[in-house]
Amino acid sequence: MIEAKNLNLYYGAFHALKDINLKVAEKSVTALIGPSGCGKSTFLRTFNRMNDLIPGVKIEGDIIVDDENIYQKGIDVDRLRKRVGMVFQKPNPFAKSIFENVAYGMRVNGISNEKVIKEAVEQSLKQSALWDEVKDSLKKSAYALSGGQQQRLCIARALAVEPTILLMDEPASALDPISTAKIEELIHELKKKYTILIVTHNMQQAARVSDFTAFFYMGSLIEYDLTKTIFTNPAKQQTQNYVTGRFG
Amino acid sequence: MTHLEEELKELKQQVTKMFVLVHSQLEKSYLSLQNLDKDIAHEILMTEKRVNALELKIDLDCENYLALYNPVAVDLRYVLAVLKINSNLERIGDIAEGIARFVIDSSTTFSNELIMHTHTNQMFDVSLKMIQDAEDAFINEDTSLARIVFKQDVILDNININANNNIINFIKNNPDDLEQCLHILSTIRKLERVGDQAKNIAEEIIFYIEAKVIKHSRKL
Ligand SMILES: Nc1ncnc2c1ncn2[C@@H]1O[C@H](COP(=O)(O)OP(=O)(O)O)[C@@H](O)[C@H]1O
Ligand SMILES: [Mg+2]
Repeated sequence: MIEAKNLNLYYGAFHALKDINLKVAEKSVTALIGPSGCGKSTFLRTFNRMNDLIPGVKIEGDIIVDDENIYQKGIDVDRLRKRVGMVFQKPNPFAKSIFENVAYGMRVNGISNEKVIKEAVEQSLKQSALWDEVKDSLKKSAYALSGGQQQRLCIARALAVEPTILLMDEPASALDPISTAKIEELIHELKKKYTILIVTHNMQQAARVSDFTAFFYMGSLIEYDLTKTIFTNPAKQQTQNYVTGRFG
Repeated sequence: MTHLEEELKELKQQVTKMFVLVHSQLEKSYLSLQNLDKDIAHEILMTEKRVNALELKIDLDCENYLALYNPVAVDLRYVLAVLKINSNLERIGDIAEGIARFVIDSSTTFSNELIMHTHTNQMFDVSLKMIQDAEDAFINEDTSLARIVFKQDVILDNININANNNIINFIKNNPDDLEQCLHILSTIRKLERVGDQAKNIAEEIIFYIEAKVIKHSRKL
């Protein structure tokens, strides 16, 4: 189970997330939408404690991941980040071979059995729908891949350490329409095994890929419901204004 | 198949279910009228609730599909067509229910002679065939079969035009059967509308597959 409880986040004096309460449904896709600067990425980063790295950040409230408050003392953040994988807007492969990009997380985690690594790499590349395109060129540099392929490689890299949750921050916004469609189709497949939270500024994308949608505005969670409901009959006028493009 | 295509396939299955259900409702109304079988007539009234529920479900699925997937080109025409096909099918369901109510209200059997003399039997056969053809045209995306639906409607129109005279003649010879005659005349009027609805459905199938608007034109 994943849940935010009375979550507040401050960048110095700036109140960036205001008393957020939200339960995420497992093995489904939850989209975070809202105008730029409303706090989507900040909220997403609270699930793997990435905000901890930013100086001056103060966090109050609880984030529960698998029955555990991840902000309590003594939490092993490395272990947490294995369970909660992240994919960013710009594909960020390492300057290594395709194979080593995917193997990286396992090596860092101390796995040294080459047979195990090889199998996991293949498995992850299959799950990210990239295997058929790269199986004959695993030794090539990741930089030789197209942007869309690089993004699927980053997804494979995240999957290789066997997370249960995937955080995606605008994972397709730097990609062309065909690559975007592939990523969306991939997300649809991955939700059978993973719980996915995706930030997107593209409302149609949220509509296409997600089961639930959370609408944020100026640091507050305005409405959270089935995606169908948000896009056909939202409860709040503000949500309606946003999804119909009448905002502001 | 992408997950959007899967959603469209699912929608098609729902509409096919609606076709089958409505066809069976009209077929049963024919049976109940032939034999004054009030049990079947009541069964039709019960099943009508399912037809209505399925209509609402298909409408909602279409609304969701439009809102979530913003379909374009053939996919857009498909969803627009499904919305109209759905409401035409629902009205055919209402007609079957209306006929069932005549059977329930009727105190005496509809004579075979009356049914034959007015060609009501033929009307049932033709309208059932039209619904079946429309269903097959929809399932197989077969526009030439959809066009065959139009041709059959002429038969229904002719029977309907001659219905007044046929009924008047029958009443002259069987003045006691007045109530039956009025029910049969109403049934004929209803079946004539089933023909129109099947035609509308065929128009929608052609519209979505060929992007041609057939409505209000004589050109096929
Ligand atoms: N590192 C940071 N330091 C200070 N303010 C920040 C920082 N990151 C984000 N913010 C502010 O927090 C708010 C939310 O930002 P963000 O979560 O990136 O929004 P979104 O992803 O919805 O566009 C914005 O007003 C932004 O300027
Ligand atoms: Mg952001």
